[in-house]
Amino acid sequence: MATALASTGGLSARTRYDEDVVRLFVIAATFWAIVGFLMGVLIAFQLAYPALNLGSEWTTFGRLRPVHTSAVIFAFGGNALIGTSFYVVQRTCRATLFGGPMPARFVFWGYQLFIVLAASGYVLGITQSKEYAEPEWYVDLWLTIVWVTYLVVFLGTVLRRTEPHIYVANWYYMAFIITIAVLHIVNNLAVPVSFFGAKSYSAFAGVQDAMAQWWYGHNAVGFFLTVPFLGMMYYFLPKQANRPIWSYRLSILNFWALIFLYMWAGPHHLHYTSLPDWAQVLGMAFTIMLWMPSWGSAVNGVMTLSGAWDKLRTDPIIRFMAVSVAFYGMSTLEGPLMGVRQVNALSHYTDWTVGHVHSGALGWVAYISFGAIYYLVPRLWQRERLYSNTLVEYHFWIASLGIVLYITAMWVSGVMQGLMWRSYDQLGFLQYSFIETVSAMHPFYVIRALGGVMFLIGGLIMVYNLWRTIRGDQRVEARDTALARPVAAE
Amino acid sequence: MFYRLHQFAEQRAFILAIFILLTVSVGGLVQIVPLFTIENTIERVQGVRPYTPLELAGRNIYIREGCYACHSQQIRPLRDEVERYGHYSLAAESMYDHPFQWGSKRTGPDLARVGGRYSNEWHVEHLIDPQALVPPSVMPSYAFLLENRLEARDIADHLRANRAVGVPYTDEMIENARADMIAQADPNADTTDLLARYPKAMVGNLDGNAATLTEMDALVAYLQILGRMVDFTDVRIEDLTQ
Repeated sequence: MATALASTGGLSARTRYDEDVVRLFVIAATFWAIVGFLMGVLIAFQLAYPALNLGSEWTTFGRLRPVHTSAVIFAFGGNALIGTSFYVVQRTCRATLFGGPMPARFVFWGYQLFIVLAASGYVLGITQSKEYAEPEWYVDLWLTIVWVTYLVVFLGTVLRRTEPHIYVANWYYMAFIITIAVLHIVNNLAVPVSFFGAKSYSAFAGVQDAMAQWWYGHNAVGFFLTVPFLGMMYYFLPKQANRPIWSYRLSILNFWALIFLYMWAGPHHLHYTSLPDWAQVLGMAFTIMLWMPSWGSAVNGVMTLSGAWDKLRTDPIIRFMAVSVAFYGMSTLEGPLMGVRQVNALSHYTDWTVGHVHSGALGWVAYISFGAIYYLVPRLWQRERLYSNTLVEYHFWIASLGIVLYITAMWVSGVMQGLMWRSYDQLGFLQYSFIETVSAMHPFYVIRALGGVMFLIGGLIMVYNLWRTIRGDQRVEARDTALARPVAAE
Repeated sequence: MFYRLHQFAEQRAFILAIFILLTVSVGGLVQIVPLFTIENTIERVQGVRPYTPLELAGRNIYIREGCYACHSQQIRPLRDEVERYGHYSLAAESMYDHPFQWGSKRTGPDLARVGGRYSNEWHVEHLIDPQALVPPSVMPSYAFLLENRLEARDIADHLRANRAVGVPYTDEMIENARADMIAQADPNADTTDLLARYPKAMVGNLDGNAATLTEMDALVAYLQILGRMVDFTDVRIEDLTQ
């Protein structure tokens, strides 16, 4: 009874928060995380050992790569985001989900159907070829229906809040839902060949299509992988640290600056291409400006821990969250650097980009999600605590080592390949053939794949820990008692 | 003032939503819309034409297999790239590409001007077993393309869909779509009309198997036209300013 009361906050027992649907999203996020990591490991090994493409048309790198990217971004990330947004919006608004249980469940099952339709299409060769917007027109239409329902549920819940203010996390979630809708609809405008066929042709061509795609693509990073995860940070980090947000004003300033500036940064994916120079330079300028609100958010997250720094040592969940913010700070320094044309001339088309993306995706997105999931599972299933904090420690250290292997391997191979492409011999000829640079990549592709394996192992440890927690088991651990015992004064 | 405005919005969900929508709309409007309205965004060069039906089918295979994940089609105006791959890419060269295939990663080399660089036989052998020709290659085998018959009975509909999004396919091209597709890979066909409609198309026995029209025929036809449409010997520098 005590837990039931606590979890309903100020609401009466009849209007309990809808936590069943959050549980579904947490399970789905965890499931798709493992699928996505596994696909990543497989395609990483394919680049090191091409025989692993297995000679079949359904298992080539080209078809499996979007399965990996969509599984981690939209399936793992998306489920974590929608699930936490439903959890956070109810509590911070003191209101149950708008429309009752049905619309939220439609969002859940509709979104899973979207994932399955998209992924099965890639394996069968159904793709628009626009990166991170690969699903064909019929899947896009279905997602639009699901997404609009999501917007209605979320906005409706905010509208019926019993708190006068809209909490900061909800601004971020709201910006995510609205902007993703805009990006999705514009970038996927296409004409299908027939009503019964999967194939369509993009409404835009060439340079305009490239600009629309990277306006979308960069903001898939901005509004899918950054803005709502900051919303997640603004709720779960203060909760777990039991400290208030460091600066409310900074969160306001960062919010508006971030969502305004992000939308201009797309052209840095098209430096030195056929995109007119004015657009490239404009994109570069805004990319550099974007560094400021990014670090503003990171500082706000880190400083929220002030007065609770000791928890970094004792609470592995806090450690996941704090390190995620540190990775966010690092990737958002690296990003503007790579967005400078002269740096991009070296980094573009190489593994450096892949390394950059993964320091953000593994270090920031996945880590803040792991933190939120570890926070949520005992509360959602009414357990006193996690099964084992030691296993969270193992998850943290194994996965962190994996990330370090991954990104350092990609930095080295990326910079090396970029330099090899542009190096000249004494007679003024290009020094290396293309294939020589491919051979030079091999050891780094092996190291990268091993880093991925470690990240996957960390994920599997998490699954085991969560499963035991949900079962209601509690592992008796020396650390819990040792840390709780007062130390005698010397 | 700014904080006041925010304070106003964060107590009114609809106002907040509208503010967000307005804030995020600016960047895209400023960067995308002018690309349609500024005339010299596309360079004024001659020779760029719609793809032949077979090239278009090949392009769809290129997309289906996710080739763009490892191969770019966009040569940057940097010394080493121009020496390695040829003249830097023009916006005009992809003006009929729905969608564009510029790519973002070169695990393999750029393909913007691969057309005419290798023989048809080389492409077929390389697609069947890349490591046989280039031992350190990490490219998957695409041997199945030679076994898959090209199923494109609705190729005329594909041309029509392209016309709907702005590719200047004529009625004549659409009418002859299927015949042109078959003729391009048939060494015994009369290709005079085909070449009149689509100059520079690679015709003949593309996949080494004259009896059946395969997906390999289509992909090779596509690879062999890449970067060959514009004749750079008669391009003036002022045609290239954007």
